[in-house]
Amino acid sequence: MKTDTAVRLPVHPETGQGSEWLRRLGYVLLYVLLSLVAVLQILPLIWLLLFSLKNNQEVFDMAPFALPATPRWENYVKVWTEGNISLYFFNSVWVTVVSVVFTVLFASLVTFAITRMRWKGRSLVLGLFMVGLMIPVHSTLIPLFSLFLKLHLTDHPLSVILSYIAFNMPITIMILLGFYYALPREVEEAAVMDGCSVNRIFFRIVLPMTASVIATTAIINMIYDWNEFIFVNTFISSDAYKTLTVGVQNFIGQYTTDWGAIGATLMISILPILIAFLVLSERIVEGIAAGSVKG
Amino acid sequence: MDKVMSNRLVAALYVLPALLLLLVLVYIPIVLTGYYGLMQWDGIGAMTFIGLDNYARLIQDSTFWQSANHTFLLALFSALSLIGYLMIALVLSGKIKGANVFRKIYLIPMLLSSVAIAQLWLKIYHPSNGVLNTFLEAIGFSNPPAWLAEPSLVLYALFVPILWQYAGFYILIYYAALKNIPESLVEAARIDGANPWQIAFRIKLPLITEVIKVTVVLAVVGSLKYFDLIYVMTDGGPNGSSEVMASYMYRQAFRSFDFGYGSAVGFFLLLICLVVTWLLRKVTASKEPIQYS
Repeated sequence: MKTDTAVRLPVHPETGQGSEWLRRLGYVLLYVLLSLVAVLQILPLIWLLLFSLKNNQEVFDMAPFALPATPRWENYVKVWTEGNISLYFFNSVWVTVVSVVFTVLFASLVTFAITRMRWKGRSLVLGLFMVGLMIPVHSTLIPLFSLFLKLHLTDHPLSVILSYIAFNMPITIMILLGFYYALPREVEEAAVMDGCSVNRIFFRIVLPMTASVIATTAIINMIYDWNEFIFVNTFISSDAYKTLTVGVQNFIGQYTTDWGAIGATLMISILPILIAFLVLSERIVEGIAAGSVKG
Repeated sequence: MDKVMSNRLVAALYVLPALLLLLVLVYIPIVLTGYYGLMQWDGIGAMTFIGLDNYARLIQDSTFWQSANHTFLLALFSALSLIGYLMIALVLSGKIKGANVFRKIYLIPMLLSSVAIAQLWLKIYHPSNGVLNTFLEAIGFSNPPAWLAEPSLVLYALFVPILWQYAGFYILIYYAALKNIPESLVEAARIDGANPWQIAFRIKLPLITEVIKVTVVLAVVGSLKYFDLIYVMTDGGPNGSSEVMASYMYRQAFRSFDFGYGSAVGFFLLLICLVVTWLLRKVTASKEPIQYS
């Protein structure tokens, strides 16, 4: 049997070697199908990049996928300096960072206490977190809004950050669970023999051991928090605290007819995630697969 | 060992911050949503208890049922689209060179915010300057429709970006599951003379049934909660023809300031999500776990 081609479509025992060309044809067809899907997935983004570098006249007169004669980077300069995009951008950065750090830290503490420590009610607490996976954000929106209103936290970044931490906790714990269950008991036993306290075991031994899964959960959280829309849209009203998703939405309202500016704004809002993906794609793929319970 | 690791004070300290956040920001609000549903309330002033009036109104509200209908259509489309994703994953998992690269390219739209995707597709669908109608005109359609302004088309037009956004996600899940199937099983079938179709449909698919069931739940429940993209692209329009349950709830509460009625819709949405999840799990429950050996 020949195995030199990458696809090992089987040589049928009865038709045998004669089906070699069929095998190759099949291989080519599969490739065409996969490439077609890849092109469809990526084409809208290439178009976006292209019109972000054109002015309106070029957008409307040239073919959609034609390169601009000279890329108009000034679109980017304009939206970055003129409006509040840079402000929204940095709001997104710090809100995301704070939320991710606390979500991962709290989730690690909970997972450690549930999987490694012994106390009554562990399974009940775990159950509470896991049921949380199924609760739609929208059904909690009105009470959350009125709660934050009473606490004077509407139009305050804390309302958004606390919500991100609470709502991403279940999925984060879920990803961490399997990893924590797999940690060998001997590590803790040895540490206890040496007189370590629980805090020392957690912060000095277990937390460093879980660095890789922490990175995975951090990335998943980063993607969710960076892209979150409805909490910011509902709780935050002043420009000073808006994040990119909501900021972009309002900003585009001012530029309804300037496609280059709109394109540049959108590119700025998606670039950090795209760059993170280029650098960390393996871990992101792994994290999304691990967190697949959240749709 | 036991003494150190059963320190209840430390356990409590570790669990309480997260648990408090979960209770205060997730569990108490869902109870309150049901409670507010019993009130007449504009969100700011005093609440008046009106019993089940909001829920009775909900049942007779044809606009609500229209939005529920759209939600169910989206759920149906999403569930059906899984077939396509599954086929692509089957192809991709069949020892294709560069499978990893394809898988990653497919995933890119999933990483972007719904708002960015919505804004991008608004431009794609733009009646005169969008890339879609420019293309259609170029190949000879003289009067392509204004996709998002057409009540009979808008829901289908909205479904395309949804399909686009989630393709990589489901393909990734299926691909991971298919790659988990031991090579020896497929090899054995091959030696027994099974052709690629038989291997796909008789061996591979039955082995990943569990994963397929999970994705059906994900796709259906995900569609029930669908909001961001529709809110940005059409805001439920034109004339309610793309309104879904979540956007209807949002409109009632935060636009019409009818927080009582909005809460009733929100509570109904929660119940539907829980019931549908439970039903789908029940219907698709396997009698025995699948063993690879």
